[in-house]
Amino acid sequence: MDFLLVQFLTGLANASALFLIASGLTVIFGVTRVVNFAHGSFYMLGAYLAWTIVRALWEWGGREPWLFVSGLLLAALAVGAIGALVEMILLRRIYRAPELFQLLATFGVVLIVQDVTLALWGPEDLPLPRPRWLRAFVEVAGERFPLYDLILIFVGPVVLGLLWLLFQRTRFGILVRAATQDREMVAALGVDQRALFTGVFFLGSALAGLGGAIVLPSQNANLQMDLAIIAEAFVVVVVGGMGSVPGAFLASLLIAEVQAFGIVLVPKATLVLVFLVMAAVLMVRPYGLLGRPQAHARAPTGSVAPVIRAAPGVLKIAGAIALALAAAAPLYAGPYALTVLIELVVFILFAASLHLLMGPGGVVSFGHAAYFGLGAYGAALGVRFLAVPMEAGLVLAPLLAGLFGVVFGWFVVRLSGVYLAMLTLAFAQIVWAAAFQWVELTGGDNGILGVWPSPWARDKALFLWLALVLCLGATLLLRRAIYAPFGYALRAARDSELRAEAIGLDAARLRLVAFVLAAVAAGIAGGVYAYAKGSVFPTYISIPKSVDALLMVLLGGVQTVSGPIVGAVAFHGLFLTLLQWVEWWRAALGLAIVALVLAFPEGIAGFVQRRWEARFGAAS
Amino acid sequence: MLEIAHLNAFYGRAHILRDLALTVARGEVLVLLGRNGAGKSTTLKSIIGLVRPAPGSSIRFAGREIAGLAPHLIARLGIGYVPEERRIFTDLTVMENLEVGRRPPPDGREPWTPERLFALFPNLARMKDRPGGRMSGGEQQMLTIARTLMGNPTLLLLDEPSEGLAPVIVEQMAEAIAAVKRAGVTVLLSEQNLHFAARVADRAAIIEKGVIRWQGSFADLDAAPEVKAQYLSV
Ligand SMILES: Nc1ncnc2c1ncn2[C@@H]1O[C@H](COP(=O)(O)OP(=O)(O)OP(=O)(O)O)[C@@H](O)[C@H]1O
Ligand SMILES: [Mg+2]
Repeated sequence: MDFLLVQFLTGLANASALFLIASGLTVIFGVTRVVNFAHGSFYMLGAYLAWTIVRALWEWGGREPWLFVSGLLLAALAVGAIGALVEMILLRRIYRAPELFQLLATFGVVLIVQDVTLALWGPEDLPLPRPRWLRAFVEVAGERFPLYDLILIFVGPVVLGLLWLLFQRTRFGILVRAATQDREMVAALGVDQRALFTGVFFLGSALAGLGGAIVLPSQNANLQMDLAIIAEAFVVVVVGGMGSVPGAFLASLLIAEVQAFGIVLVPKATLVLVFLVMAAVLMVRPYGLLGRPQAHARAPTGSVAPVIRAAPGVLKIAGAIALALAAAAPLYAGPYALTVLIELVVFILFAASLHLLMGPGGVVSFGHAAYFGLGAYGAALGVRFLAVPMEAGLVLAPLLAGLFGVVFGWFVVRLSGVYLAMLTLAFAQIVWAAAFQWVELTGGDNGILGVWPSPWARDKALFLWLALVLCLGATLLLRRAIYAPFGYALRAARDSELRAEAIGLDAARLRLVAFVLAAVAAGIAGGVYAYAKGSVFPTYISIPKSVDALLMVLLGGVQTVSGPIVGAVAFHGLFLTLLQWVEWWRAALGLAIVALVLAFPEGIAGFVQRRWEARFGAAS
Repeated sequence: MLEIAHLNAFYGRAHILRDLALTVARGEVLVLLGRNGAGKSTTLKSIIGLVRPAPGSSIRFAGREIAGLAPHLIARLGIGYVPEERRIFTDLTVMENLEVGRRPPPDGREPWTPERLFALFPNLARMKDRPGGRMSGGEQQMLTIARTLMGNPTLLLLDEPSEGLAPVIVEQMAEAIAAVKRAGVTVLLSEQNLHFAARVADRAAIIEKGVIRWQGSFADLDAAPEVKAQYLSV
């Protein structure tokens, strides 16, 4: 009983930090509609800055509690300023770009912050020295409970109260609430949106920074904090209802308690549990606990997605030549080049599978790496437990991915917009968590090694040809599907669900079929990748992998069929070049992403297509 | 006060306003008449900047070129915009809605206060703390005008203020517009209700397919039934 109470209090303490981060994220989303991946980075910066500032203050004035608190607040303010700066330099330029491009830009910021943090503070975890008062315990129902945690319990409600006052009692707060609903109207009434948005970013980032700062005493500052927290923060925001601060408060309590008790009940599956709770909440309340159906935030309208057109003949010829060159590569290229080529072919299929969902399907998946990873693990588990040969492993791969595609897809296609994207992310995190935590099955972080091709395919040239046949074959089949009646029906359902249903199409079912097709295709890619690498790891399912796929599709352009191919080649080429030549490749990649988003808000292939049409007229 | 020349506006590739020209004199109430889809709303949105006028368009307000400016800058110069769909902030109370619109007058004029506005729209006075989402259409229409007046505009753009309102409310609306005019505000409104228009406006301009086809007083319009028949749904 007492033990349960302590566990409950621990949950409350954790809920506070979670609420700080999530409230910042939800406020930013509510007003600007930016899904801000960089929010986790602000949280991480909060911890690192607090580490530096608090230690400096202690050096100067002794290890006093008030200096500690001042240090945390200063860190929060500094992070707020950084957030405002990011908004002014970057996001302000792309509010009119499609939401997904904004998301990519914020992911570019994630990469940049990772390298900057590494450069400034080094790779080691940084613990805050803890004076006695920070290590003190209090007696709660006969159990020892950390005093600091007890104080943390009150931080969440206090901040909630302060935010309430801010939003109800100040002009800034009223403007923020108005802009959450209809920012165009707010502008028409003479309010400078830019100042408002910058203010909102300052507030949201400062909250994230404070969240990072207050966990510093119990959790060292480390470089994994950003992505570790962002998925959790998204869960809280979505469960609470996007844009709702009280919702974020409730959801942070719920999630933190689920975690606190989950550790006791199912220590191997705490992560899975959290995401299952989210999926369950979304099934009952598709807009979260206190969220409301998303009135489109009335951004300036005007752009209509163009119809997907068949590739012009020139492009087909170029494709055929590229294919011939790739197939003949063993004649002129060395082993490294062949390895790169195999990866490239795999990623083309990976990108094409996501493109089917995003382009014709209109379903934006933030977690497509799940099916890539399931494919890889399908093959690897077959090798590990059944000792199946490669041929069978390559069948298991799409099978496992497709199976989960059916299950997850069934839930996913019932939602829409950001909630849908977040659910795909949650499902991907479930798979990732299973691969990471279920060590007996998956080997955990060490992965599964020894996933080698059958003897006949060990030769690099033969494996390349196998990959070409499987991956490009599947890619071409996907393209087929886009132009088949199925593809037309899918697009009809995307453009107007009501109209599609009026002519007898079942939109949810069409999307489900697309989802499963995409999962199967990604599974094939994952299977081939597993045999190409000889091993599988949880990173195949991680958030960055999902973002890679998004990047490839978006760089290429969602509304062109050749987009994913162009995007995969461009992205992977860029990635390898940076990896090889630039020491701070993450920052360089981040900068490149940001620059690309600023330069080509419609994707590379989209850009070329527009130029092409301006020059030679639209392809028939 | 407002001089529009060569105004062209597009939605995507659709050319909506074609070389539109229109002048509003200081202190007058001018009504823009026209059928559904004629381009009335687009004209008003182009003035406030919610629709971006094509290059070459000219909109001069109080001697300044405003075509291409951001909406909030245009609003700050003294143009108030009341949209057709009202666009009340449904989560905000009446008082909070007014607060969003509040901006001090550019000159030394006496500013609109909630009290003055409640005298103009007595219904609102009884529901100061009610969320905008729980108001009737007529009450919302009053609130959206009051909200814009809180910004102390010198030119007020009203998009179909009488649309969908009960006769009693239409009557109140007409009185309110007269009061606004007496307070020295220039008004450009769009309407389909000819009676209401004749009641509140000094002058009419008729728009069709994005072009001003006819301008004149209501006496002239009454004397020209063929104009009515051709351009208006009466
Ligand atoms: N957001 C939009 N996208 C594309 N076309 C639009 C859009 N808004 C209006 N239009 C088109 O522009 C034309 C002019 O529309 P506008 O709203 O200005 O007409 P209106 O005179 O205000 O009509 P109503 O009396 O129905 O309000 C119409 O043909 C309409 O279909
Ligand atoms: Mg209209």
